[in-house]
Amino acid sequence: MRQPFALVALVALVVLSVLLPFLTARTDILNLGFLIFLYIALAQSWNALAGLAGQINLGHAAFFGIGAFVMRHVWIAGVHPYLGLLAGGAAALLFGLLIGAPAFRLRGAYFAIGTLGLAEILRITVGNALPVVSTLPAESIAGYSLTHRYYLALGLALLTVATLAALARSRLGLGMLALRDDEDAAEATGVDALKHKLIALAVSTGFAGLAGGVFAFYHVSYYHQLPFSPTWTFDALLITFVGGVGTIAGPIVGTVFYLLVREVLVQSLVELHLLIFGLLFILVVLALPGGLMDAVARVRRLSERARARRSMTGAT
Amino acid sequence: MSAQFIAQNLIFGVLTGSLYGLGAAGLSLVFGVLRVLNVAHGELIMLGGYASFWLFASYGLDPFASLLLTTPLMFVIGLGLHQGLFTHVETLDEDMRIKNSLLIGFGLTLALHNLAIRLWTADERAVTTAYSGAVIAAGGLVFPVVRVAALVIAFGAIALVHLMLRATYVGQAIRATAEDWEAAMLMGIDVRRTYLIAFALGSALAGVAGTLVSVGYSINPSIGLEWTLKALIVVVLAGLGSMPGTFLGGLLLGLAESVSALLLGGTYREVVALVIFVLVLMFRPQGLFGR
Repeated sequence: MRQPFALVALVALVVLSVLLPFLTARTDILNLGFLIFLYIALAQSWNALAGLAGQINLGHAAFFGIGAFVMRHVWIAGVHPYLGLLAGGAAALLFGLLIGAPAFRLRGAYFAIGTLGLAEILRITVGNALPVVSTLPAESIAGYSLTHRYYLALGLALLTVATLAALARSRLGLGMLALRDDEDAAEATGVDALKHKLIALAVSTGFAGLAGGVFAFYHVSYYHQLPFSPTWTFDALLITFVGGVGTIAGPIVGTVFYLLVREVLVQSLVELHLLIFGLLFILVVLALPGGLMDAVARVRRLSERARARRSMTGAT
Repeated sequence: MSAQFIAQNLIFGVLTGSLYGLGAAGLSLVFGVLRVLNVAHGELIMLGGYASFWLFASYGLDPFASLLLTTPLMFVIGLGLHQGLFTHVETLDEDMRIKNSLLIGFGLTLALHNLAIRLWTADERAVTTAYSGAVIAAGGLVFPVVRVAALVIAFGAIALVHLMLRATYVGQAIRATAEDWEAAMLMGIDVRRTYLIAFALGSALAGVAGTLVSVGYSINPSIGLEWTLKALIVVVLAGLGSMPGTFLGGLLLGLAESVSALLLGGTYREVVALVIFVLVLMFRPQGLFGR
């Protein structure tokens, strides 16, 4: 975001997002806005571990689910929802740290399939123990405000993005990036691998828990199992990779792209957007590891080179 | 809980477990030889199941006879998938190869899953033949004919691949490449061709497994993730490098599920298997029977 244009665009987007509820009362637009912010926070939280520290977590839904689960129960018990939200985030973070130390004994793909197994354990257990729909009490439904949810999600998205941007520039973040690129070399230069991975995991799971809590605050009723569904992991992964893993703008661009395509294709009965994104994802992994952000940068470089060539020929 | 009831449950555990072993064999072969972790392996099993289902529904072809078509079909699909996708990770070092293949497999999983819903709807399908309900009764215990046949075929397929790996040139090339691809290359083995054949063989094994699943059990577009997980659990339990070991690991998983169903009720049997999986992964990553 060093270019002034990008900074202006970012500020304009944030201002527009803040003003949106004053400009329109259309619930479909506000709901879409809410979803975009929720998915930005979710994808960005996955990016914290994968993009910075290079660990592929295939069980991210577990932390989203824990956040939702704790928040929902604390809130329905009568505690203020914001406290519930914090409790959900803290529970997800603690669980992340609890499994972190043993899980990081596993390198590379073993960490990925281990976390996948872990998330499935939670999903099936919650589905078995609480196979019911969680519905809000009548008084909460009566006071339901979509604008409130909208601003909460916006706040979380901004906080997540700001935290990641700050982390990526910090000494800690640089250590994580070094780990991602070459673990052995990073350790040889004095980066404490476990400590850096655990911090990245804590940031990742904490924000995933908060996102889960916002989900639980938003929905009037859902099956307890729903926030534990692997879909939350898969969406975060698709969005982050297609947008550009390891960049701050990538998950944002990826989210908007993903949700807009999904909205457009929602009429087709099957989940066509997942077919398209599955193929797009393969393409990114094979041919364009930087995702959309990298594609934009490449196109810009090409056009700059073309412009330079034109001005050179113009000078002669 | 009578002894008969327990024995019957264990029998079902072994019968199901033989398919877990077969389902994992292809994944284990591909991971062991190519260091490619294809998490879309369950989707290949699903494709094999649909191939058999459509041959039965459209042409009335017996599912066991259709193995002669579905297995080569999945072999060819495997050739295509390897040449189109997985061959591109071969030049990477081992860590990156596993990670990128995992990601490609993940994209493939989503694409195949949703393609299957689009082509064949999300309905549950099963091949129901005239003899599907038949059972062999012995000593107060029942053995469903199709599941016993599936166990025999699964064992046969594993034994065949095992013999092929031991006794043929291609098999020895595969084993040499798995052991040390650089040395194999220096010995004049065409490593890229070996990779291709091993991947297609793994895919063909998924085809056999899928066909057997469609007749003894049922299929739908979402079974892929479940079967991938089962296969991963078996691979982690059994370790890499041995077909009989993988089969044994499958039987063990089937038995573990039965025992946990007996003790804790059916709802937690998958959880028990997954807990074993995560524990083995953390504390004995080379597997129970691994080197």
